[in-house]
Amino acid sequence: MSGDKINIFPSRGAQTQIKARLAGAVKGHSLLKKKAEALQMRLRQILAKLIESKTLMGDLMKDAAFSLAEAKFASGGDFNQSVLQNVTHARLKVRSKMDNVAGTKLPVFESFEDGVDNYELTGLSRGGQQMAKLKASFKKAIELLIELAGLQASFITLDIVVKMTNRRVNAIEHVIIPRYERTLKYIISELDELEREEFYRLKKIQAKKKVVRDRKEKAAAEAKAEGLLREQEEVPNLIDDNDDDDILF
Amino acid sequence: MAVAAAQGKLLAVIGDEDTCVGFLLGGIGEYNKKRDPNFLVVDKNTSIQEIEDTFKKFVKREDIDIILINQNIAEQIRHLIDSDNDNALPAVLEIPSKDHPYDASKDSILRRAKGLYTAEDMR
Repeated sequence: MSGDKINIFPSRGAQTQIKARLAGAVKGHSLLKKKAEALQMRLRQILAKLIESKTLMGDLMKDAAFSLAEAKFASGGDFNQSVLQNVTHARLKVRSKMDNVAGTKLPVFESFEDGVDNYELTGLSRGGQQMAKLKASFKKAIELLIELAGLQASFITLDIVVKMTNRRVNAIEHVIIPRYERTLKYIISELDELEREEFYRLKKIQAKKKVVRDRKEKAAAEAKAEGLLREQEEVPNLIDDNDDDDILF
Repeated sequence: MAVAAAQGKLLAVIGDEDTCVGFLLGGIGEYNKKRDPNFLVVDKNTSIQEIEDTFKKFVKREDIDIILINQNIAEQIRHLIDSDNDNALPAVLEIPSKDHPYDASKDSILRRAKGLYTAEDMR
C-alpha cells in the first residue's frame, strides 16, 4: 500500500499535472466534508422529530383504539364486517413532493381527500356520535402517520446518502490524496536524481576538458621552450600584408 | 408513474381486525381494478407465509407509498422488513395494535438509528 502510486513518467509536466490533481482532490475533499456535515445535521433534526412523532403516535393510536371500543359499545353491535366489506375507493390519499437538501431529494408526504365517505351510514341507528369521533380520531392518527412516513423515508434516504458521502470523504482522505502525494514525492525524487546525474555529467565533462586543455597548454609550453624564435612567425600579424600580392595592379 | 403521482398514492395496512377497521373508517381502503385490497386483516388463522406474500406484494405495488403494519405482526416478518432497508419508498411504519403496546426498541428504523440518539431523546 505504501508503494501504491500512479503509474506515470516522472517529468516536469507530470509533476504539474499531479499537483493540479492533488489540489483538486483537496478541494473536493473539503467540499464533500461540508456536504456530509450539512446532511448529518439534517439527519439529526429529522431523527429528533421522528422520535418525537413516534412517541406521539403511541398515544394517538391508544386514543384511536379506545374510541373504537367506545363506538362498538355505543352501537351495540359489531360493525367490523360491514366496514371491511364496504371498501371501494380510497378517500384519503397521499401526494409526495421532493425536498432538496444538498442535492439529495427527500420525499415529503401530504395527505388529501377526494371522493365521498363510504361509511356515512355506519352507526346510523345507534352510536352515530361515537362513530364520528372514531373517524376523527383515526383520521388524526393517519395524518400523523403520513407525516411520520415522510420523516422515516427522509431518514432512510439521508442515512444512505450520509454513509455514501462519508465513504467518499474517507476514500479521498485516506486513499486518493496519499496516492497523489506519494506520486508527487516519487516524481520529485526522480527529478532530483536526474538533476544530480546531469550535474555529475557536466562536472565530468569539465574535468575531461580540463585534462585536454592542460595537455595542450603543456605541449605549447614545451614548444615555446624549444624555440622562441619560431613562435614569432607562427603568430602572424593581421595588419601586415607583406606576403600578399597586389590584387589590382 | 406521472399519472399515478397526480392521482395520489395509497396507504396500505397489515394489521388485526380492529386496526384495519379503524383505518378503513378513516378512509384509506381501496380495491383496485383487479379487486386486490390494500389491506390485510391478520387473525390467528393467518399464516406467516400469507403475511409475507402480502407484504411483498404491497412493497412491489407502484401505487402504495406507505405501509402501516402492526408491530406484533412486523415482528413475525422482521427479516423481510430489515432486508428492504435501503429503499425509502414505500415507507414501512410500525404501529402499535390494541393489545400490543408500542415498543420503540423493536422498531427497524429506530434500531438502525441506534447510536445516533441518546437516552434522553426518548423521553
